Amino acid sequence: MRPKRKKIDYSKWGYIFILPFFVSFFIFSLIPLADTIRYSFYEYYRSGIKEIGPNFVGMKNFASLLQSDMLRYGANTVLLWIIGFIPQIVIALLLASWFVDVRLKIRGQQFFKVVIYLPNLIMASAFAMLFFTLFSNKGPINSILLSAGITDSPIDFMGTALGTRSLIGVMNFLMWFGNTTIMLMAAIMGISPDIFEASEIDGCNSMQRFYRITLPLIRPILTYTLITSIIGGLQMFDVPQILTNGQGSPDRTSMTLIMFLNSHLKSNNYGMAGALSVYLFIVSGILCFFVYRITNDNDPDGSRAAARKNKKAGRR
Amino acid sequence: MKKKIVGILLTAAVAAGTLAGCGSRNPSGSQTSGSVDPDSGEGAVINIYSFNDELRNRITAVYPEIAETSEDGTTSTLIDGTVINWIINPNQDGVYQNKLDEALLAQGSAAADSKVDIFAAEVDYVVKYTDADTNVALPLTDLGIDPNTDLADQFDFTKSVSCDQNGVQRATTWQACPGVLVYRRDIAKEVFGTDDPAEIGEKTKDWAVMKETAEELKEHGYYTFASYADTFRTYSNNVAEAWVAPGTTTIKVDQKILDWVADSKEWLDAGYFDPAVKGQWNSDWYSAMGSGSKVFAFLFPAWGIDTQMVPNWKGEAGSWAVTNAPLTYNWGGTYVLAAEGTDNPAHVKEILLALTADADNLTMISKTYADFTNAKTVMQNAAADDEFASDFLGGQNPYAYFTPSADNLKLAPLSAYDQGCVELIQNAFGDYLQGEIDYDRAKSNFEVAIVERYPEITEIQWPQ
Repeated sequence: MRPKRKKIDYSKWGYIFILPFFVSFFIFSLIPLADTIRYSFYEYYRSGIKEIGPNFVGMKNFASLLQSDMLRYGANTVLLWIIGFIPQIVIALLLASWFVDVRLKIRGQQFFKVVIYLPNLIMASAFAMLFFTLFSNKGPINSILLSAGITDSPIDFMGTALGTRSLIGVMNFLMWFGNTTIMLMAAIMGISPDIFEASEIDGCNSMQRFYRITLPLIRPILTYTLITSIIGGLQMFDVPQILTNGQGSPDRTSMTLIMFLNSHLKSNNYGMAGALSVYLFIVSGILCFFVYRITNDNDPDGSRAAARKNKKAGRR
Repeated sequence: MKKKIVGILLTAAVAAGTLAGCGSRNPSGSQTSGSVDPDSGEGAVINIYSFNDELRNRITAVYPEIAETSEDGTTSTLIDGTVINWIINPNQDGVYQNKLDEALLAQGSAAADSKVDIFAAEVDYVVKYTDADTNVALPLTDLGIDPNTDLADQFDFTKSVSCDQNGVQRATTWQACPGVLVYRRDIAKEVFGTDDPAEIGEKTKDWAVMKETAEELKEHGYYTFASYADTFRTYSNNVAEAWVAPGTTTIKVDQKILDWVADSKEWLDAGYFDPAVKGQWNSDWYSAMGSGSKVFAFLFPAWGIDTQMVPNWKGEAGSWAVTNAPLTYNWGGTYVLAAEGTDNPAHVKEILLALTADADNLTMISKTYADFTNAKTVMQNAAADDEFASDFLGGQNPYAYFTPSADNLKLAPLSAYDQGCVELIQNAFGDYLQGEIDYDRAKSNFEVAIVERYPEITEIQWPQ
């Protein structure tokens, strides 16, 4: 005789509720992902309206990508990301700590929060188009500079690598610093006020408070910002694509990896584009791994590594 | 530790998922062959693919069966109840061709009402669609159009462009695009003391004279042309060989193209081009057509005056005039093709004939849209007819210059790769002309870019 089941199991509802996500993830992400990897081993493109392939070619796509300028575009991508990210994180940290500092009592906080977040609401392509028009040779910026007598001839902002890269950096900075500020503010507000109070009683100045208390305690959010920004940075394409008309001009110095991928997709070259995606996949995987290790293991107090060490020491 | 690995995996999976979005797959299509029987029943929907509203405007203007067109311009209804869908995608970045290719590849399996019936193609890529092996465009004779009689009045070069490698005509067009030189009357008066097209034409009759004219303009503080890209078509249209010979995968860069690079460098250094304008189709170029600009002239066919110069010129009407260009050349042209597998052959035939073979309609198009239309006799009459005079050109009749230019026109040999080659070589050497990179670097940048665009290209040959 079987024992009567007494326990009521609700877990199936949990599975049913998360099912839609997994089904859509499977159909729209996992299958294309598998296909991308599969096609990276094939010669598969379109010549005119004739389809070539898919023919299995082994690692040929990967080899020819290594011989191409892929690494150069990778360096471009990283450089463009850094140009945008460094001012973004610095300004965001500064603004966030100012905004939550009770003693500063900044007025109109809500207003400023909205304003700094606004650029993020504009579509990246529209933003790039705006900058393209503003900074074109006969655009408003040059008109102002000319009539103010600052230059004699229009400055060709987008004709030099420095100019184009700076513009892209400025745009990425403007678009994302508001978002980062609000995230960091949330993190700082999550720190118990007791700690700040205690530090003040102990005579901390504001610099010490920032470096000794705020920074270490918002590390998880900083890590999150860094990871999402790296992944976003690796995929950077809309701003430089629009600003340089997809050419990465001048001399392909602002060509990012995804723009490179896009130029393969113009000929529907799924094999080559797939191989490039696989490289990107590997690189983002490695980057994620490193960032996780660096930020989690070297924490002097309270990290898992430290805890493990303590445990070991305790056992002995 | 386990949690950490799971975390990394999840992050990586999400990253990969978002990256993979770019590499979606397309179904491989199949082609059906065999032409349609014009006597069979007509479908209820005609799908017309095009890259701007030019084709729609002209067809609605000339096709008498059209009863009404919806306000947003996406559909028209014929008197017999048939619906025309206008499917318009922009040419830039190959968007139009991608959408069209998808539709044509799916033509065999598509439902009758969603089959492509008519599509437009620019001269830069029309060869891709007239190809006999891919067979996506119907030969005109299969529709019941006899090119020799029905299209007898068309310019010969437009007909030879429309033929596949076996000489079967698969496309037709309502326009021919002989280029002329369009210049500012006020600048001409100030510098040369006259704005008479005949006298200015003497100063622009060939490149040697043109250079002296340019020097004269420079002394008065004017630029001859806006950008180095403006002169490109006069060179590229006079190349001896196609970019890619049929059946090969080798790009042969013509000496004429390198001449363009060398001459452009010389002109740019001499100050005959506006250094602030880089290439075409950008805001700097458009503003060079405005009244505040110091640019004397543009090289344009008829469509360029109507669609580019008129909207960008904000000054007084009648400030421009046309005269002969240093070389005869053709720039652009929209070809109309009937798709293989169309379910509306009778309507398609009527539309093509009304648009490209009816002298009255073509006269009307020339008058309304200022197109140089594809009818020899109509254009010869127009050249002598003052009714074709243009207010924008100060009462001048531009056909007096277009028509002789069209008579002398020989179109350069075309290939399916022209659009990419033209675009990419201008980009690569644009960087060189602006002094960003050296000559060899520009060459290798072109080689890299062209193989990205056309993976089947195996070799790029430069002239010795």
